[in-house]
Amino acid sequence: MTDCIITGVGGQGIILLSRLIGAAAMEKGFGVRGTETIGMAQRGGSVVSHVRIGDGVMSPLIPLKNADILLALEPFEAVRNLHYLKEDGIVFSLDKPVRTQTKPLTDPKDGGYEISESIGYLKRNVKRLELISYDSLAKAAKNVKAVNTAFLGFVVEKGVFPFNTEDIERAMRARIPEKYLEMNLEALRGFGK
Amino acid sequence: MEKKLLMGNEAIALGALRAGVSVITGYPGTPSSEILETAAKHNSKGAYVEWSVNEKAAMEVAAGASYAGARTMVTMKQVGLNVASDPLMSLNYVGIKGGMVIVCADDPGPISSQTEQDTRHYGEFSKIAVFDPSSPEEAYLMIADAFEFSEKYGRPVVFRPTTRVCHGVAAIEILPDLSVKPPDGFFKDGGKWVIFPKLAYENHLIIERQSEEMSLDLSNYNRNVVTGFGKKGIVSGGVSYAYTLEALRLSAEKNGAIPPHKLFKVSSYPFPEKLALSFLENLDEVLVIEELDPVIENALLRICGKYGIKVKICGKSDKSIPRAGENTVEIASRSIAAFLNIKTNENATRGESPPILPTRAPVLCAGCPHNASFTAVKEAVRRYAQNRKVVYSGDIGCYTLGNTLDMVDTCLCMGAGITVAQGINRVEPDTLNFAFIGDSTFFHTGIPGIINAVYSGSNIIVVILDNSTTAMTGGQPHPGTGKNASGGEAKKIDIFEVLSAIGVTDIVRVNPYDKASADEAVSRMIEKKGVRVILFEAPCIKMKG
Repeated sequence: MTDCIITGVGGQGIILLSRLIGAAAMEKGFGVRGTETIGMAQRGGSVVSHVRIGDGVMSPLIPLKNADILLALEPFEAVRNLHYLKEDGIVFSLDKPVRTQTKPLTDPKDGGYEISESIGYLKRNVKRLELISYDSLAKAAKNVKAVNTAFLGFVVEKGVFPFNTEDIERAMRARIPEKYLEMNLEALRGFGK
Repeated sequence: MEKKLLMGNEAIALGALRAGVSVITGYPGTPSSEILETAAKHNSKGAYVEWSVNEKAAMEVAAGASYAGARTMVTMKQVGLNVASDPLMSLNYVGIKGGMVIVCADDPGPISSQTEQDTRHYGEFSKIAVFDPSSPEEAYLMIADAFEFSEKYGRPVVFRPTTRVCHGVAAIEILPDLSVKPPDGFFKDGGKWVIFPKLAYENHLIIERQSEEMSLDLSNYNRNVVTGFGKKGIVSGGVSYAYTLEALRLSAEKNGAIPPHKLFKVSSYPFPEKLALSFLENLDEVLVIEELDPVIENALLRICGKYGIKVKICGKSDKSIPRAGENTVEIASRSIAAFLNIKTNENATRGESPPILPTRAPVLCAGCPHNASFTAVKEAVRRYAQNRKVVYSGDIGCYTLGNTLDMVDTCLCMGAGITVAQGINRVEPDTLNFAFIGDSTFFHTGIPGIINAVYSGSNIIVVILDNSTTAMTGGQPHPGTGKNASGGEAKKIDIFEVLSAIGVTDIVRVNPYDKASADEAVSRMIEKKGVRVILFEAPCIKMKG
């Protein structure tokens, strides 16, 4: 059984990633279950998707400290959701913070959130941490709109899921509209074979 | 068999289409909106799909179609059922012909609602059966049961998923369509469809008799189940049943084994009393794990009193389960551990507490026309309404987020901004009362409030934020958009003309991005008295791309 939390900020494409992971796992014959954040929180809010791969699970929400994998498209959100991660779970996080819609992150009046503090916290508290450069991923993706699929390509290539890049590619062909497909496939393959 | 990865709402729509639904109506509202959207998209057999003007209209259209023999479904969120409660209460007395399922999504938390009301009470109140699915795949199958049950008794049925079922995702096996007889049309049947005191009394007797039959019927329903043995019993329903199973599995892993216990899954109202009696047999204590109100718990307490059964019932009444907010596996685990006297399965938390993180409160999107409208009003008030008390009444929609701009002082329910403003102005006539309302909400329940203001000679400024869509719930069409639920052309109803027709004489139509004109429009309306309307028109920024 593989429990995976996918998190980030509304608009980063988290729901698409969770659907692709779920669909690829289902095509491999695994049971899939989960839940998504939909509605008001999508407008620049913190977004969390739960994806549970394997048979015999009933709850759509992953119990705390039960996730095997935490995928974070934003480092503050990785910290916010770390309580879901197992003791020996693995975190893949992009390194670039996303500012809130109301104030810059460094505004001292708003607490002056330092991303270095959050990244330091992740380094001290996660035994298996893969911090990924947003800039290099955006470069490999050739389009900032496809950073999410490039990120997925990177993670899948690490072999943490019971499926491979070709399985994700099939899921993408079935779900992504024609005009965005090629861009996303290219981003995915940036890390594929 | 084909498997599909479906969201609960998609599963409900496909399950209903599989069960031969041919008329589907609804009004958008999180977490219910995707049901009707999915039905419109996958409508291969030509079902009629409609976004209605509000929930009351939706339910009545569905009722009429059901009178004519069609299987019908009407969808809404829990507070929408308040709007449709008038037809709901009478409809059960009149009855239906084609199976009619009222899908009403509850929102524990609440995650995106005004209340944590429990629709199962509407089942008891209106004496209508309620089906309560615990997962997307159960919802897919159960909706067909609901149609069959409705036709069997000639009564509407409520189908009540909650947010984690609606927005939960699961791999679901798609089954072949069921064969359903086509609608045979409306028959007058000697006044059967005309609610009248005499008929109401006669039908009330039938409904009470049927409630007992339904309870017996549902004691044999394969989704109400009793398993296990022992002196202690756990009862659950809805998504809390999933949390309960998960908590029991994790506890068994942690403790090696857990003490014997009975488990009772309840998926319906009327309460399956006969099955409950067999469950209660030889038990000392019961723990009820459910979300929102203690509906199952109260039914068990009633049965214990009725039959003189000496069993202790724990749950919300003794605070074993929180009375507000959504349940989780952790809540189920903790209450089960205390109840069965075992270790909880919770792992220790990390020693180092995380740094303080930026809060990401939802705000209006960058470039949202509501921002421009709010700013125009705020600026004009600052310049032209000095020394006057100003109160901003808000309403339900994206523009409730105007609270971040200090532009929402009241918000009650759909359409209430306009009428609440009138009430405040009656007490403080010198106050400048603004009432903001969106275009979809204007059509939903805004119009009667404006008629009330004109008729009563009120002194308010109504600000209509027309962005040509129902933005908050994902961009559904409404009577002002000229589109229907299937994306086809529809008669476009002009808001300005409606306002003129209902007697508003001071109306100004302006683009909020045109700062000078917007400022001039607001200042002019501040000067005037009576019912004034500023109609801000600019399309939603999300709909452009």
